[in-house]
Amino acid sequence: MTISQVGAYPLSKGIKITTIDRKEISSGTALIKRGFAHMQKHGVIMDVTNVEQAQIAEDAGAVAVMVLDKLPYDVRHAGGVARTAGVKVIQAILDSVSIPIMAKCRIGHLSEADILEEMGVDMIDESEVLSPADESRHIWKWNYTTPFVNGAKNLGEALRRIEEGASMIRTKGEPGTGDVSHAVTHIRMVNNEIKKIKGIYDNNDDQELIKISRELQSSYEIVKETGKLGRLPVVNFAAGGISTPADAALLMKLGCDGIFVGSGIFKAEDPLERAKAVVIATTYFDDPKTVLEAQKMIDEKKSMLGLDTKNLNLRMQERGPTV
Amino acid sequence: MNELLIGVLGLQGDIEENIKAITDAFKEMKIKGKVIPVRYPEEIMKVDGLIIPGGESTVMGLLIAIKNGLLDAITRILQEGLPVMGTCAGMIVLAKKSYDKVVGNKKQLLLGALDIEIERNSFGRQYDSFESNLDISGIGNDYKGIFIRAPTVISMGPDVQILSKFDGKIVAVKQGNIIGTSFHPELSGDYRMHRFFIESITNWKKTKN
Repeated sequence: MTISQVGAYPLSKGIKITTIDRKEISSGTALIKRGFAHMQKHGVIMDVTNVEQAQIAEDAGAVAVMVLDKLPYDVRHAGGVARTAGVKVIQAILDSVSIPIMAKCRIGHLSEADILEEMGVDMIDESEVLSPADESRHIWKWNYTTPFVNGAKNLGEALRRIEEGASMIRTKGEPGTGDVSHAVTHIRMVNNEIKKIKGIYDNNDDQELIKISRELQSSYEIVKETGKLGRLPVVNFAAGGISTPADAALLMKLGCDGIFVGSGIFKAEDPLERAKAVVIATTYFDDPKTVLEAQKMIDEKKSMLGLDTKNLNLRMQERGPTV
Repeated sequence: MNELLIGVLGLQGDIEENIKAITDAFKEMKIKGKVIPVRYPEEIMKVDGLIIPGGESTVMGLLIAIKNGLLDAITRILQEGLPVMGTCAGMIVLAKKSYDKVVGNKKQLLLGALDIEIERNSFGRQYDSFESNLDISGIGNDYKGIFIRAPTVISMGPDVQILSKFDGKIVAVKQGNIIGTSFHPELSGDYRMHRFFIESITNWKKTKN
């Protein structure tokens, strides 16, 4: 099996079983949900707020679009409460592009998630870009047939989200700032922790694995599986602050399975060319010649200016329940 | 016979999963072979067989069109009759015509090697994605089919052979040495489909020599 089954609940509410021609068919299984996330690999998922942007993203080679009411950069400037996108906007996008459509809901907001599932979005992002609705709990994602993606700054967060049913993990980074350094910090943190666990797993030191699982507030099974695989049991994307082809290539070099671009494309002045360039750089991240070709497609003067992350009023990566 | 070399189109999608499936199938068949991701024309020209993996067909089409010489190289090996297998998005890329069930026609690059028309997202969106057992001719029964926003074959030319149907829809086809599947054999842990593909490569190499 090329997809890890660790943590999968065979009888979770999200699994729907029906029969066709006397054959049982199962939807919403861990394999089908994680499998969907695997199909996004080496691709670029682009934040969009309307049909026009979704169309540009699809034409530029986005592997999926992520619908939200405001781009993270605008969420910061608007202040107030950020909620899931308008139903009409999501529906219009569902009716117009053929690639998968994802949408964000607030952390812990079961009913926003219900609405997104009911509309038929392909993946739900329980996102810290929006204002958290529950400060003590994330959504129990095994209850949904639709797969979820969650953000994580470190391995403990990632494994806890997977145990709650996330089918995909992304770095949190610091969204809407155009500063890629936080995403880099988060993926390096996860990589280093996995490296350590892999060493312990290879030494057959179960006692140490149990100790680490307590520190990470995660189960021994998932920590052991992570050590065995030498990677997260689900796909791991980069997100937060990616603005240029070179940024995307950097995060792929650090071992990410794919890229989310939020404000970086539609807050720039050359969105179509930039989106294409980021797609090319993501596929050919390890080939400097092609990354250069991609970088030539954009104009640095048209990049979003970005925000100094040392003086932010709102650190999105710190929002939501701590466990 | 020289060691077999199989390429997995390495642009986007579940590339590593297909590499693993071929590696395991080689072991099961006790065949010495190599499998590599391919992204450049010169790599494509070296392989004895090519897999176009699952992922997004529009993305792969765009990346094939953008890279200098890549489209020509793939077209050339298809004309030479080299075995090629496309799973899910890979089958769409190999098809002659395609439309999306919800949004209709989308301009996208298609290789036109399989004389079939595709309906994309034929069973619905991700919510309706599913796993179920399939019967596949030439391969066997009880094959775990993994359908993720899967396309199906709506119509086909006389040279195309149906390998499997599910719920009345065509979900696996073969035309000469080209295989297309709606489902993801690389995710099932059952590598009969990849073994079938490897056999078609060894047979092809025999007839060529």
